[in-house]
Amino acid sequence: MKIDHSLPLEYSTEENRLKIFGFWIFLGAEIMLFATLFTSYFVYEHRSGNGPSGAEIFELSPVLMETILLLASSFTIGLGIHAMRLGKQKAMMAFFAVTLVLGLGFLGFEIFEFTTYIHEGAGITTSGFTSMLLTTLGTHGLHVTFGFFWGLAILLQVKKRGLTPETANKSFIFSLYWHFLDVVWIFIFSFIYLKGMM
Amino acid sequence: MDFFNRFAIPHPSFLIYASMVAIGLTGIAVILGITYFKKWGYLWREWLTTVDHKRIGIMYLISALLMLFRGGVDAIMLRAQLAIPDNKFLESQHYNEVFTTHGVVMILFMAMPFIMFFFNFVVPLQIGARDVAFPRLNAISFWLFFMGAMLFNISFVIGGSPDAGWTSYFPLAGNDFSTSVGSNYYMIAIQIAGIGTLMTGINFITTIFKMRAPGMKLMQMPMFTWSALISNLIIVFAFPVLTVLLAMGTMDRLFDTKFFTIGDGGSDMLWANLFWVWGHPEVYILILPAFGLFSEIISTFARRNLYGYKSMVASMVVISAFSFFVWAHHFFTMGQGALANSFFSITTMAIAVPTGVKIFNWLFTLWKGKIEFTTPMLYAMHFLPLFTLGGVTGVMLAMSAADYQYHNTMFLVAHFHNVIIPGVVYAMLAGLTYYWPKMFGFMLNERIGKWTVWLMSTGFILAFIPMYITGLDGQARRMYTYSEATGFAPLNMVAFIGAGIMAISFALLVYNIYYSVRYSPRNIGNDPWNARTLEWATHTPVPEYNFAVMPQVKSTEAFWDAKKHGHEIFKGKIEKIHMPNSSGLPFIMSCIFFVFGFSMIFSIWPLAIISLLGILGCLVYRSFEKDHGHYIPVEEIEDTETKLRGAK
Repeated sequence: MKIDHSLPLEYSTEENRLKIFGFWIFLGAEIMLFATLFTSYFVYEHRSGNGPSGAEIFELSPVLMETILLLASSFTIGLGIHAMRLGKQKAMMAFFAVTLVLGLGFLGFEIFEFTTYIHEGAGITTSGFTSMLLTTLGTHGLHVTFGFFWGLAILLQVKKRGLTPETANKSFIFSLYWHFLDVVWIFIFSFIYLKGMM
Repeated sequence: MDFFNRFAIPHPSFLIYASMVAIGLTGIAVILGITYFKKWGYLWREWLTTVDHKRIGIMYLISALLMLFRGGVDAIMLRAQLAIPDNKFLESQHYNEVFTTHGVVMILFMAMPFIMFFFNFVVPLQIGARDVAFPRLNAISFWLFFMGAMLFNISFVIGGSPDAGWTSYFPLAGNDFSTSVGSNYYMIAIQIAGIGTLMTGINFITTIFKMRAPGMKLMQMPMFTWSALISNLIIVFAFPVLTVLLAMGTMDRLFDTKFFTIGDGGSDMLWANLFWVWGHPEVYILILPAFGLFSEIISTFARRNLYGYKSMVASMVVISAFSFFVWAHHFFTMGQGALANSFFSITTMAIAVPTGVKIFNWLFTLWKGKIEFTTPMLYAMHFLPLFTLGGVTGVMLAMSAADYQYHNTMFLVAHFHNVIIPGVVYAMLAGLTYYWPKMFGFMLNERIGKWTVWLMSTGFILAFIPMYITGLDGQARRMYTYSEATGFAPLNMVAFIGAGIMAISFALLVYNIYYSVRYSPRNIGNDPWNARTLEWATHTPVPEYNFAVMPQVKSTEAFWDAKKHGHEIFKGKIEKIHMPNSSGLPFIMSCIFFVFGFSMIFSIWPLAIISLLGILGCLVYRSFEKDHGHYIPVEEIEDTETKLRGAK
């Protein structure tokens, strides 16, 4: 395996560069996935049948907490990658750990939010609107859950193997994924919650 | 006992029981055969665990051919049922199941793996690469596709086939109207195969952008590689729509969500819209590689450079973009209003323009060429007029006002078979004949091959041209019978005879393979067709590492120019080559996916959860696995090279 030392660690081998490029294409597919979910959401936005509408069930405070937690986690993972570029393994691991804890906090609030909806009679089987709302949020939430375990696996590998071209590459790709989830959340926040509450 | 009732067939018939026995016996025979010849180890080491793009390609090919025959039997059954009025051969329920599985199998489990075979086998060789960008992911793609296909195919013996059409429109496909697990099979089997396809898309885009031989610019890639690139771009942008759509359909059927229901705010039209937002680009995913193959074949056997290279590329780009803006032409009659219909009418007609550009480019390539009528070329020559006919009827269908007459009639059925068979199927068979010597080191018999082409075209014309006429007269598609008074009988009989002739031509193809295995000469060299692109520059059979020395490319037709001007493509010394390791994980994980899909279909929740954990376990194992591949040492490469050179 040829290592090019003029490039950052995560780009240093041919295989690494391919993986980063491929992951960008994957993110392109993910954009289409969420675009389909959003388009469908707009179709169902006012099709709430006998169930509650968005304005009736959306509450600002848990959503705001989720937003703050996820945006902060995107910032900390950025710091983590910065630390990785400087070769500071301990700092990088600390920032990754903080990121994952913030992600977990986000999930906690989201689960709380979902249970509230179900208690208010807005379950996944209530109406076209609630089905779509919970599917869109749930798809994002599942991505975060998957990301949590993925990030955990990478953290363990960095701890065990140190910063190698491989672990750096994995961490970098994971950070792309995590930022992407953040971007999706911004759309969810603006076009589902804010639009629904207005 | 209640638990097992769910696996029973809802509408049993003699044909289904006979197939059960046949499947059982074939399964036992295969297992006994492999055990008797002691081939389990070979099968595991050389095929089930392989990450070699050529072998994965060949496995795609075998699956596609198997599915071609399954879908073909369905087709014959459909035509047999319609051959005479008031026929009692199939009841309406069975007819519904057969046309549904015919459509799904032919599009998703025959045509898709067939183009995947060409992507896998040809693209890395054409661009001078040693493998695809992510060999392990490639194996996962194949095995997910394969397990999805198998899952779909067991539906008719366990639990019942889907019966809501290959488009599976809701509310028909919902629980109220499709009570068997058939539509669950549809949702979940296609989902599993679709994930595999999406990964192929990512893999090949990366391969083509990043792994071309030194010197090969984008605008110097062979036309098939261009078509593969564009087709994979469409895959990456269209398949996520299918993923979401099928997930929504699955949830409606299994978890009682309200996406496509009539009441409670559901919207059944969203299914139709999203289905075709994926479905229309899907047909271009199939046809563009077909165009690419014909471009290669026509320029090879006209002995001329492809005419209008740049316009060929541009037209494909335009087609790929337009393919996302025509979806509503599949349901002009479903009430979206004049403005929307006009928009989709115009975009649909516009797509004929770049397609026409391609047809003219092929004609100009032939102009003044020294045409050689080999079997692949003969397919191409039959493709040109027949496909153009299909394209023209497509423009007829694109006129939304006139479509009220054509909609859901046999005219439509005739149209899309007229583009898919001479377009995709002919390209696949032409490409198969063309690349056969590169794969197996001998050629398919030309005389039998040409008979196959002529019989196929004869059969095709007899089978489908009558449908245009009965369609215009009002024969509806998907109707299991018609009365004598309609007057459709004679033409439907002609169509049945045509289908029979096509069946004979496929049988002839099989015979050709058998005949050529036995009698074809084996000393054909590396370049039996006197071809133009890099895949013909390496040895036959292609060594594991494809090229001992990386080729240096200066022009579009690298190998042709090298032959003509005598310059060297392979410059430099042989160095050790890095290759990926084989792995059983893709196969194992896909098997677990099969179990997961099966338990979802039958709502066996504990098993679904266990298998889901199994899949996640495979991912974790892969994440922690240390796999740096291996090096082939220089001596071994030199040995292989001498042996392959000596063989000629």
